[in-house]
Amino acid sequence: MEKPINNRAWLLVAPVFLIVAFSAILPIMTVVNYSVQDTFGNNQFFWNGLGWFQELLDPSTELGGRFFAALWRNLAFSAIILAIEVPLGILVALSMPREGWKVAATLVVMALPLLIPWNVVGTIWQVFARADIGLLGYGLNWLGIDYNYTGDTLSAWITIVVMDVWHWTSLVALLCYAGLKSIPDAYYQAARIDGASRWAIFTTIQLPKMKRVLLIAVLLRFMDSFMIYTEPFVLTGGGPGNATTFLSIDLVKLALGQFDLGKAAAMSLVYNLIVLAVCWVFYTVMTNTGSERADRGEPA
Amino acid sequence: MNQSSRASTFIMVLYLIFLLLPIYWLVNMSLKTNFEINTTVSLWPRDLTFEHYIKIFTDASWYTGYINSLTYVVLNTIISISLALPAAYAFSRYTFVGDKHLFFWLLSNRMAPPAVFALPFFNLYSAIGLFDTPWAVALAHCLFNVPLAVWILEGFMSGVPREIDETAAIDGYSFPRFFVKIFMPLIASGIGVAAFFCFMFSWVELLLARTLTATNAKPIAVTMTRTVSAAGMDWGLLAAAGVLTIIPGALVIWFVRNYIAKGFALGRV
Repeated sequence: MEKPINNRAWLLVAPVFLIVAFSAILPIMTVVNYSVQDTFGNNQFFWNGLGWFQELLDPSTELGGRFFAALWRNLAFSAIILAIEVPLGILVALSMPREGWKVAATLVVMALPLLIPWNVVGTIWQVFARADIGLLGYGLNWLGIDYNYTGDTLSAWITIVVMDVWHWTSLVALLCYAGLKSIPDAYYQAARIDGASRWAIFTTIQLPKMKRVLLIAVLLRFMDSFMIYTEPFVLTGGGPGNATTFLSIDLVKLALGQFDLGKAAAMSLVYNLIVLAVCWVFYTVMTNTGSERADRGEPA
Repeated sequence: MNQSSRASTFIMVLYLIFLLLPIYWLVNMSLKTNFEINTTVSLWPRDLTFEHYIKIFTDASWYTGYINSLTYVVLNTIISISLALPAAYAFSRYTFVGDKHLFFWLLSNRMAPPAVFALPFFNLYSAIGLFDTPWAVALAHCLFNVPLAVWILEGFMSGVPREIDETAAIDGYSFPRFFVKIFMPLIASGIGVAAFFCFMFSWVELLLARTLTATNAKPIAVTMTRTVSAAGMDWGLLAAAGVLTIIPGALVIWFVRNYIAKGFALGRV
């Protein structure tokens, strides 16, 4: 059944529109304004045209080199955590207990890391991974593995990736679990009658049913890892050197640390455009899977 | 079947241990003296102490941090849900000019990096005189929480058959009365889930909360970062403050545990 057309629905949407416009459009206008100007302090601004953007997008300049280094670092990070968290999340969702008190207990423990403030997540891993006082750091060194996340790039990366897996795999798992729960028992019974293998059940029944929630999971995880700031900021402060300086950390350094408003604003806009583009691709794919399902007469 | 269920239990137990181990270490540390933390690595506190917790509950500069945080989180949740309810209804029931574009634009704000907004928000809220108040943080967090609440509520509302609206209209219910008396109870679990998510994302966010506050409205997360760096490294106190920030989240999870899976799928399963 088609939804009726009613333009008075805008009245219901207006409050949301106003508050989001206030918090999104007004600030972005300021950013656009800064991005085309240069300042030498004292609140004196000079027109700089597209100068900052040219510098930002040219990897041979200091600003451009820095931006692209942070961008590749961030993309690598997002790719690594997606490659770990999505399969692990599916595996955990498939391993969930079926019924009884165990389900509630497991759900509560799984959701726990998601509700810890992000700086505390950093703190938890700091005290857990430090070589002098942390269980993990001390244990690894005791086993003879040279591990020091504050001085060694590889250790720092591994720590941040494991921290993110610890923090967010439950989100993927809970989404997949919700998808699995919506599969009627009859599907499994039919599969059993057909003598389908465990793998066949997974690829033909469970995976297609999880497609939509998996899309949401990948979208949320990609976006949140692409704007990760607090956890690495607390854990490593972007170091050692610049080894874990992701886009948001670099941007905050530029804007609030050095007060390089023009450069920071240009970087903000390019950063935001990348996010918007990726978001649009996902949204289109998601709406299309939704309408495919509607065509087959299933609820979206 | 038996073998695969044993493998499942094994994976689950391993995963839960992986989740709980760092938290256990934090709790362990919060109950040790700083002397013990710095001199030995022990699996349980040899010299059990509650001094760090006592300090937090008696020192105003610490416990006001919790009050400030909870104030803006609750304000934000109330604003987000009450604005999102009518909007989600409009999206789930009607087609109107620009609806798809508007929905995408809202969604894109959920994905916008807070780092981009830190500096302009600082200027904006200083200009309108809300800087360093809980209102500044509560309004700033609306940037991502309002779109999220609309998204979740729209999912739950689309699950309610439209015949109910029509029947209520025939029975002579006015729209506001229908919405409050009949419709809201039907999506009560959805409202609970949306409130849970607003609470969660406002509670865990640090960057904007830190940028928009100085002294009067300083949230607990900032108290942790600032006090600790100023006083050297007081690991025990830091750990105790960390443990106390986990508790509100754990309580909220307990209340929504039955809806949590559906909630994380944003009402779209």
